[in-house]
Amino acid sequence: MRARVYVTLKPSVFDPQGRVVADALVTLGYQDVKDVRQGKFFEVELDGADAATANLSADLSAEAQRAQVEALRAKVETRVTEMADKLLANPVIESYRVEVLP
Amino acid sequence: MKFSVVVFPGSNSDYDAFYATSRVLGEDAALVWHKDTDLQGADVVILPGGFAHGDYLRTGAIARFSPIMSAVKAFADRGGPVLGICNGFQVLLEAGLLPGAMVRNDRIKFVSRVVAVRVEQTDTPFTVACASKQVLNLPIAHGEGNYYADPAELAELEANRQVVFRYSSAAGEVSSAHNPNGSLNSIAGICNRQRNVVGLMPHPERASEAALGSADGLVVLASAVKSLASLSFSRN
Repeated sequence: MRARVYVTLKPSVFDPQGRVVADALVTLGYQDVKDVRQGKFFEVELDGADAATANLSADLSAEAQRAQVEALRAKVETRVTEMADKLLANPVIESYRVEVLP
Repeated sequence: MKFSVVVFPGSNSDYDAFYATSRVLGEDAALVWHKDTDLQGADVVILPGGFAHGDYLRTGAIARFSPIMSAVKAFADRGGPVLGICNGFQVLLEAGLLPGAMVRNDRIKFVSRVVAVRVEQTDTPFTVACASKQVLNLPIAHGEGNYYADPAELAELEANRQVVFRYSSAAGEVSSAHNPNGSLNSIAGICNRQRNVVGLMPHPERASEAALGSADGLVVLASAVKSLASLSFSRN
């Protein structure tokens, strides 16, 4: 199972790189660009999670299988959120969003 | 007394710090590899400038996981004096030994020049030999020296007199015109609540003798020698 983490500077923190990119876009003729915020993107692949999904019992109803997958996704989300908090983002200046891929 | 200078892969001011403390000050100094776990009986620990671990992810973000950092943290917790210079300051921020964070310089560019820095507090191990409001000419060389803390944290830093150095004019006037990187409140260096851990972006070790253009930085390192007599903490 894979998850994506989007890290951006908090709105209260000035983003000088984003400002320069915005200015460059305006210079290129995109006069309607008001602001750009530059961020970071991580794709995290977790071992074992796919196998757990593949081993879902065939005896289970489709609904029960879905519930199991959902539980797994929730677990992955919790784990990756922890990673973002501890390392991928600096909570003093950055915020993040975690997205678990189907 | 003994200065231990931590060497991370990518440190580039480690020998400058070693030279300034051993040759110029005439004290004992040791270079300690980041994978070591022992600070070799340090009286003072210096985290030097450079680009530890290539500054991957964020400046200082990976260095905080170096094995030696557990020893540095324990040393700081016991009250031992720790100085983080430039990248070393960034490592202290990421390691949570100092509050706040660094963002890219407001004018994007890497800034490498000599600036004037005003000493705001003289009751830290690295400023005790300075005169109050003394102005030091020190080189800076960084791309991410724009200090940020949220408004509550910043107010607390000011209230507790934790801002140790500010960028200023040669006459000691602090204003945005003399702020090279957009740092909040013109902050060039801070200390922790206990005042034994100090981080600053300018390089005192690169201004340790006249031949280098300025000897103003020596007082920062000499302060550590002076303060040690009155500091009591366990070395191990």
